[in-house]
Amino acid sequence: MNNRRDFLKTAATGAVLLGSQSKLGIAAMLDQHDRHAAAGKSKVVIAKDAALHGPAGSPGGQLDEKRVLALLDRAIAAYTGHENPVDAWKHIVLEGGGQGKVIGLKTNGLGGRGISTHQALILAVAERLQQAGVKPGNILVWDRSARDLEACGLTINTDPSRIRCYGSDVAGYEEQPVAFGAASVKLAKILTRECAMVLNLPILKDHNMAGVTFSMKNMYGVVQRPNELHGGGCNPGVADLNCIPAVRQKVRFTIGDAMTAVYDGGPTFHPERLWQPNSIIVGEDRVALDQTAWQIIERKRAEVGMPTLEAAGRLPRYIATAADAAHNLGVNDPNRIHLMEV
Amino acid sequence: MYCSKSCLKSWIFAVLAVALVAAFATGCKKHQIDAFPASNAIAGWEKTSDTRVFAAKDLWQYIDGDAEQYISAGVVSTSTSDYKYQGQLEAVVDVHTMGDAAGARKILEAGQTKDAKTVQLGDAGVAFAQSIIFRKGSYLVRIVAYEATPDTPQALLALAHGVEAKL
Repeated sequence: MNNRRDFLKTAATGAVLLGSQSKLGIAAMLDQHDRHAAAGKSKVVIAKDAALHGPAGSPGGQLDEKRVLALLDRAIAAYTGHENPVDAWKHIVLEGGGQGKVIGLKTNGLGGRGISTHQALILAVAERLQQAGVKPGNILVWDRSARDLEACGLTINTDPSRIRCYGSDVAGYEEQPVAFGAASVKLAKILTRECAMVLNLPILKDHNMAGVTFSMKNMYGVVQRPNELHGGGCNPGVADLNCIPAVRQKVRFTIGDAMTAVYDGGPTFHPERLWQPNSIIVGEDRVALDQTAWQIIERKRAEVGMPTLEAAGRLPRYIATAADAAHNLGVNDPNRIHLMEV
Repeated sequence: MYCSKSCLKSWIFAVLAVALVAAFATGCKKHQIDAFPASNAIAGWEKTSDTRVFAAKDLWQYIDGDAEQYISAGVVSTSTSDYKYQGQLEAVVDVHTMGDAAGARKILEAGQTKDAKTVQLGDAGVAFAQSIIFRKGSYLVRIVAYEATPDTPQALLALAHGVEAKL
């Protein structure tokens, strides 16, 4: 093992009530640091590295994993205003209520290899968390099942002395359902019993029912039978699920993987419809994040001559639902989203 | 040997029961056909996982979010297995057993895009740089590779022919 990163790779592969919009307080801090930020707006940062998959202008190459940590640092620095990534992560952990407790990294491996949260991003987040003082055993990378985690390039590990990595197929689900609106679900015990704080690590995808899957939709992976929430184009299922207290309160920050994405045919792997936005998208406001993600998908579809999601019959209506007064999960009005591209 | 009327009836019932079981088994066989070529049955291709089978009601466990389009097209079951070509190129083969040929046609047509290249497989098929989809009768087959190499299209086509031959 040559360095800390090698250690992490080995480990991971061997192994407060919030306000209505789940603010960590990072956004408020940002207002002090970013003179362009307008008070009351939700911040979303898109950090892009055009050379992430090889020299810019030659798309289709392999992900240059060595560049991912730097890209993550750029995104976090822009969001928090902390140039020092360790300081930024200490703040995220502190504000998120994760200090000395278990922090879950909810990945997304549903689409299978090729369109799952990249291992390099998961390891980069885990590395910064450790540098910020989080014990390896207090980092729990999780998803629905071993299969999903393996799709991200991870290996199951339940040894608490190292970064843990296992799914709800190991930990199980609560016996008693919880409900909000039309959603009545049995939550993953990893969410309810193990994690004090969850960092959401989705991957950007088109979705043949919901339209788009990114921040909020990734929570379908924390319930036993997500298929029961698919009606009506996942509306209001996505919004209702995110209003369930354990989801709303514990999922504090999203570090979205848009290094590779799928613009049609999702959520499963359709290599002919992949592209490489070469980006990491971060923020606290899950609605603003999804609104931003939706626009990225729409731009790509327009670029390749595909109809809009509305024309395709799958407008992501759940985003507006999540922003309505009954759900109040965040903002979807572009005028109320402070989008920073770095 | 003498056999009474009641004895004869018992024999007839027994024979009928066996015939019914056999007929049922034959009917089921249609939906549980082994379409997956064994390792090295197709040059260079190794079958690297057990075959997993999902009934329509459980399909969400495999392709949650995508399952509904197959269910609405009448999927009966889906079988899947992983493969590896020359020890490097990894791929997955999905065989969807639909209720009828119309269901298979519906899924195939939904998956077509401008860049699809027609291939001679089954009743109809299309190929992309890293994937092939074809239908044969009530079967809909999708083969996807995880890497685009110069060998990928030909290797996938060979594997697809191997699957087709078993349907």
